[in-house]
Amino acid sequence: MNDRINQAQTAIYEQLGKEKLHKALRQMHLIRQFEEGAEQAYMRGLVHGTMHLSIGQEASAVGVGIMLESGDYITSTHRGHGHCIAKGADPKFMFAEFFGKDNGYCRGRGGSMHIADVASGNLGANGIVGGGLPIAVGAALALKQMKKPNVVICFFGDGANNEGAFHESLNMAAIWKLPVVFVCENNKYGMSTSTERSTAVKNVSQRAQAYDFPGVTVNGNDFSEVATAAGEAIERARLGGGPTLLECMTYRHRGHSKSDRNRYRTKEEIESWIARDPIQIFQANLLAAGLIQESEVAAMLKSVEDEIEAGINFAKDSPDPKVEDLTSFVYTNKTSETSNV
Amino acid sequence: MSNETRELSYSQAIQEALGLAMERDERVFLMGEDIGVYGGAFQVTGDLIHRFGEDRVMDTPISELAGAGVAVGAALLNRRPVYEFQFSDFAALAMEQIVNQAAKIRFMLGGKTSVPLVMRFPCGSGTGAAAQHSQSLESWFAHVPGLKVVQPSTPADAKGMLLAAIEDPDPVMFFEHKLLYKMKGHVPEGYYTEPLNQAKIRRQGSDVTIVASAIMVHKALEAAAIVEKEGISVEVIDLRSLRPMDYTTLIDSVCKTTRLICVYEGTKQFGIGTEVAAAIVESAAFDRLDAPIIRLGGADCPLPYNPELEKAAVPQVPNIVEAIRRSVQGRI
Repeated sequence: MNDRINQAQTAIYEQLGKEKLHKALRQMHLIRQFEEGAEQAYMRGLVHGTMHLSIGQEASAVGVGIMLESGDYITSTHRGHGHCIAKGADPKFMFAEFFGKDNGYCRGRGGSMHIADVASGNLGANGIVGGGLPIAVGAALALKQMKKPNVVICFFGDGANNEGAFHESLNMAAIWKLPVVFVCENNKYGMSTSTERSTAVKNVSQRAQAYDFPGVTVNGNDFSEVATAAGEAIERARLGGGPTLLECMTYRHRGHSKSDRNRYRTKEEIESWIARDPIQIFQANLLAAGLIQESEVAAMLKSVEDEIEAGINFAKDSPDPKVEDLTSFVYTNKTSETSNV
Repeated sequence: MSNETRELSYSQAIQEALGLAMERDERVFLMGEDIGVYGGAFQVTGDLIHRFGEDRVMDTPISELAGAGVAVGAALLNRRPVYEFQFSDFAALAMEQIVNQAAKIRFMLGGKTSVPLVMRFPCGSGTGAAAQHSQSLESWFAHVPGLKVVQPSTPADAKGMLLAAIEDPDPVMFFEHKLLYKMKGHVPEGYYTEPLNQAKIRRQGSDVTIVASAIMVHKALEAAAIVEKEGISVEVIDLRSLRPMDYTTLIDSVCKTTRLICVYEGTKQFGIGTEVAAAIVESAAFDRLDAPIIRLGGADCPLPYNPELEKAAVPQVPNIVEAIRRSVQGRI
């Protein structure tokens, strides 16, 4: 590691302090084990539909999430389990949602692709690529109207950067100088199509130039790089400086979804990214810096395993929604519902 | 001028409602293309920017998709956005945010939040604006659970229903027929709301029911006055709300008159009248029908430019008169 990176890492570690660093590492492990637990549950037929796992992308979710305060919001994507946990959601209610249960975050109506926890500031994952971008801008407009000192983090993938919604949203956020940070998790592929084949610019962050605000690309598998850049962007947004586009270069170890047969990437490429596992990098750095001990890591892993196991059991034991409540929640007031004729 | 006789145009009534809503609730704000100093393409927002400033009467870039989505995001944080589409046709650019997001978020999140927004859509033909500025697309939206879709036909309803829409916790699609903007009518002063789920009987009758919406209500009333001289008594129902639809009022009326004509400007197939007709034949009114149901809707083509072709593309008073005669004679 060169000195400049070492210095930057030291600075963010000092800024966050041991407690937050431990929290971040634990959240990364929690996300990883949550995803693995969800995957196993899917294999065993406990989860139906599909899901998009973020294994390998934990540093971008947590590196950004750890810099947020209560009152800040996020919008998320179809690969959103990590964002949800990083914003403070409880995995047991997430599992309950994946299992379609009535006490899941969305009462079994949304599932993996619409996981949300408005109470903790997560306005929701989104099944539409680019769907969350205008919503994030609207939430940021609301914060500005209410004169709140808060920000909105808009997570999206590299695939969204070619949607019209991306360009319209970045422009609007720029002209109104809104407190929003656009965080692109660039995992190199929109489903099977690589960014080289889909995107005219080398880095998604270059797109920010067109809207006259900063665009930064960081190693998205390095917690400290993500946290440092996110911290600067969030601070800028909080102080009225407007949006930033932060691109985190990362990789999903698993396929796009459960139907993916990995025909578009090589075994060597996947292995090269697994060798750069964000959790292992962060954990090794904390150990090397003496900010965590092996015994603490072991205890942390045990508590994460317990939490995941308890969460899955909670979900299994939870009640299903009632079929007679099928059309509940379409409208806020009952009188709005169409009566059957 | 006394409250009983005060008249406003349809667009003035809407502007008055917007002003009252903004005075009453600081969360209400307007967004749209050229709604600020320009006053809106149809002068509906007019001078509101001078009363409320550019932070509450916000000109947006020409970005309908993000504009609609910004309204959704602001609504999720409990603001009350009212987004004006310059023409309802441009909603095609924003359907993702309206249909996949605004309509579904409350349901997808298990009722944990609501999306209290209003989208205003100037719609309809008759202005020579041709195929991309003249459509009546309201039934697209009425097909989507989670949206409310209303279409007031009078200035008083426009004001009261817009105030109700802004108060409403769910996304309301508010359709304003452009030919109604200059129509004048009595409008009560002050703040009041009209329900978003009730049809209104505009004219009582006993021989045939016409169910119409927006400008077609007025054409139906004209036709009813013409056939009255022939001894035919027509009941005219103004739908006002397409979603939810007030089926009870429609069924009761058809049970009484035993005949039904649906008049609407949108394309006839899969249109408003199709839904009304289906609801009637599924109901107790089916056994009472003495004549086939007649639907008069838009022709099966895009709206043309030439004025004669444009008129021919949507139901006109003579078409309605002829349909009434056919209906009472039991012929189709």
